[in-house]
Amino acid sequence: MTPAAANGATADRIESTDTLFELLQGFVQDLRTAGLPVSLSENIDAAIAVKHIPIEDRNAFKYALAATLVKNNSHWKTFETLFEVYFSLRGREYSLGSDGDDDPFDNPDYDPNEEGQDGERGMGEGGGQGLSPEELAELLFQALMKGDEQLMRALARQAVKRYAGMEPGRPVGGTYYLYRTLRNLDLDGMMERLMEQSRQEAGELTSLEERLERDEFESRIDKLKKEIEAEIRRRLVADRGAEAMAKTLRKPLPEDVDFMHASREEMANLRKAIYPLTRKLAVRLARKRRHQRRGQLDFRRTVRHSLSYGGVPAELVFRHPRPAKPEIMVVADISGSVAAFARFTLHLVYAISGQFSKVRAFVFIDGLDEVTKFFEGVDDITQAVHRVNTEADVVWVDGHSDYGHALEVFWDNYGKEISSKSTVMVLGDARNNYHASQAWIMKEINQKARKLFWLNPEPKAYWDTGDSIVGEYGAHCDGVFEVRNLRQLEKFVDNLV
Amino acid sequence: MCAMTHRFESVEAVREGLAQVDYLSDDSIAGIAYLADRLGKPVLIEGPAGTGKTQRAKSNAEMTGARLIRLQCYEGLDEAKALYEWNYKKQLLRIQAEGDGVEWDDVQEDIFSNEFLLERPLLEAIRADDPVVLLIDEVDRVEVETEALLLDYQVSIPELGTLEAKQIPLVFLTSNSTRELSEALKRRCLFLHLDYPDLAREKQIVLTKVPDITDNLADQVARIVRSIRQLELKKAPSVSETIDWARTLILLGIEKITEQDAINTASILLKYRSDIDKVVKEYSSNSAAHFQASGS
Repeated sequence: MTPAAANGATADRIESTDTLFELLQGFVQDLRTAGLPVSLSENIDAAIAVKHIPIEDRNAFKYALAATLVKNNSHWKTFETLFEVYFSLRGREYSLGSDGDDDPFDNPDYDPNEEGQDGERGMGEGGGQGLSPEELAELLFQALMKGDEQLMRALARQAVKRYAGMEPGRPVGGTYYLYRTLRNLDLDGMMERLMEQSRQEAGELTSLEERLERDEFESRIDKLKKEIEAEIRRRLVADRGAEAMAKTLRKPLPEDVDFMHASREEMANLRKAIYPLTRKLAVRLARKRRHQRRGQLDFRRTVRHSLSYGGVPAELVFRHPRPAKPEIMVVADISGSVAAFARFTLHLVYAISGQFSKVRAFVFIDGLDEVTKFFEGVDDITQAVHRVNTEADVVWVDGHSDYGHALEVFWDNYGKEISSKSTVMVLGDARNNYHASQAWIMKEINQKARKLFWLNPEPKAYWDTGDSIVGEYGAHCDGVFEVRNLRQLEKFVDNLV
Repeated sequence: MCAMTHRFESVEAVREGLAQVDYLSDDSIAGIAYLADRLGKPVLIEGPAGTGKTQRAKSNAEMTGARLIRLQCYEGLDEAKALYEWNYKKQLLRIQAEGDGVEWDDVQEDIFSNEFLLERPLLEAIRADDPVVLLIDEVDRVEVETEALLLDYQVSIPELGTLEAKQIPLVFLTSNSTRELSEALKRRCLFLHLDYPDLAREKQIVLTKVPDITDNLADQVARIVRSIRQLELKKAPSVSETIDWARTLILLGIEKITEQDAINTASILLKYRSDIDKVVKEYSSNSAAHFQASGS
């Protein structure tokens, strides 16, 4: 099929603006369900914007929609995924099925060196039987070596067709197909081959060159993975329809990801999200501190200003008030599933440590250790948190959470240092493995400290079920908070200062 | 608004125009100006420091031959500094020069006239006769309450009445996202997140901005910078730092960057001690350390 004909078909499909409009409404609806705050006026803007940008110019179209609908960069990924789902079948080059299959790689004779002839080459029918797995791997190798994106895209389609084993109507998620495809491609082995090849070509690589090459290939392989993912998505949409797909693809926004159940990828995203978050929080808190009510009259500056009004003190100038800063003690459970939560909270608290007169950190499992020194004079909080996890001496008997004993150690060793200026935060799920609770310590702490808070990363519904005794401790706290995601954590810290 | 003629023909035209003034754009960057023009909306550009947000607005002005009016935001920016202010001192002089025997009404009418009005950037932009581009820089620095003021195209001055906008200028707002901007502001703007450029674009930028550089060196520069940005740093190198670095390498007469060169000149790319240490550690030719780093 010639490109012109394909174009015609696309034009038919979206000929009436009504169809496009309806599609857009469905899209916006799904963005909202995914948690993006799309307002009515933004929706209208988007509807106007699509009139100015032709849908055939896919990239421009995508960015036009994004400019009107997505106003927060952390929502971009959600947008992009949904966009693929809704509009992927509508671009010319993405048509698939019997008519759109102008895939040159079904032809075993295809020679990647003859670029620019893709359209004219003959094509075989029926899912790439013409290409043996070895040939596919070889072509892929060459495409990656040269960074030939078109070839990569075509090969991604080919690989999905061949390896994913997709069957219409099968109720399996996209990840399953992705896994199957990637397993067959053996990209790790590919990586080594690529490195080997470039080592041979260049003779000897210095370690810098080696590193740069590796980065380059990694980014290419990443691109390939994205292509494969996109291809799988396209096929699933073709099979099930956009609305159904949008539902299965719905992923929480980074700020809503549950600490306790985050996948590795989500964890990486969380780590990326926490830095800008802490920066924002620090600025906001510093500002809040400065802008609370006026302080004393600043006499000197008032007189200085009055000079421009002929000596009349028309403009009064006040000093900024400097309210006392609280002292923070963080006592965190770092066992198993709640470790991630402790890590993020420590990270956040230390990032805004300028807002407190002093921050002390303690970690425990069944023993307890002070880790304040890991954070002192360290620029890199990530590094410090890492040291906490590896070096702190927190195991007493068996390495299973024992809140009672940990609290006892805390009270015995550091209890006398709690003063009316200290705010104590305990982090953990209070799953005590049926040990003694020693809740009286909490009561004692609360009497000495300014405030005592408990942060629990478990959903509220699970509290006090099984071996969780958060209720028993919570009775003596000034507040017990459910903190399952970044959003809740940020809110808590915001109120803390 | 409909009577206004459009500034740009197509997305492609924007892109070419920007290229002529040495600003290399991609689809999202070029498209948004076109859209802003068609929809008559301001553009909010957000992103890390040093990715060319301000430059984007400047280049747009240069491209269309419009005058650039810039409002630098800071904490405590208020109406008097953003919109208009009465020239108090001149008014005082005027009253003193008058002497006795003049009716108050006359004086009042006189001293609250255009002559005594100090136009600040926002008012200047909407009252200008020639085409202007208004750049509101670092909007995240003003307080939330002040935000509302920034996108008002209709200004009421009690003594003069309402001043109508003579034109709706093309408005760019930039933000380093040190705080979340208000929903209201975001809703009224088109949003563009400007991230570090990809490898190819960064290389192009280096080639355009550093005239004497060879293609090979530019490629290496771009690759190393990308690799450094992948580390977890306090402050990743910005585009302008990349350009500075490339210039330095030229001055030093380096044609092919070795690890030692990279380490010696790292202070141009990075501005924190801990960041520099990290990079030095990663790049020092100890291959064992290297494999550990890339393997993890």
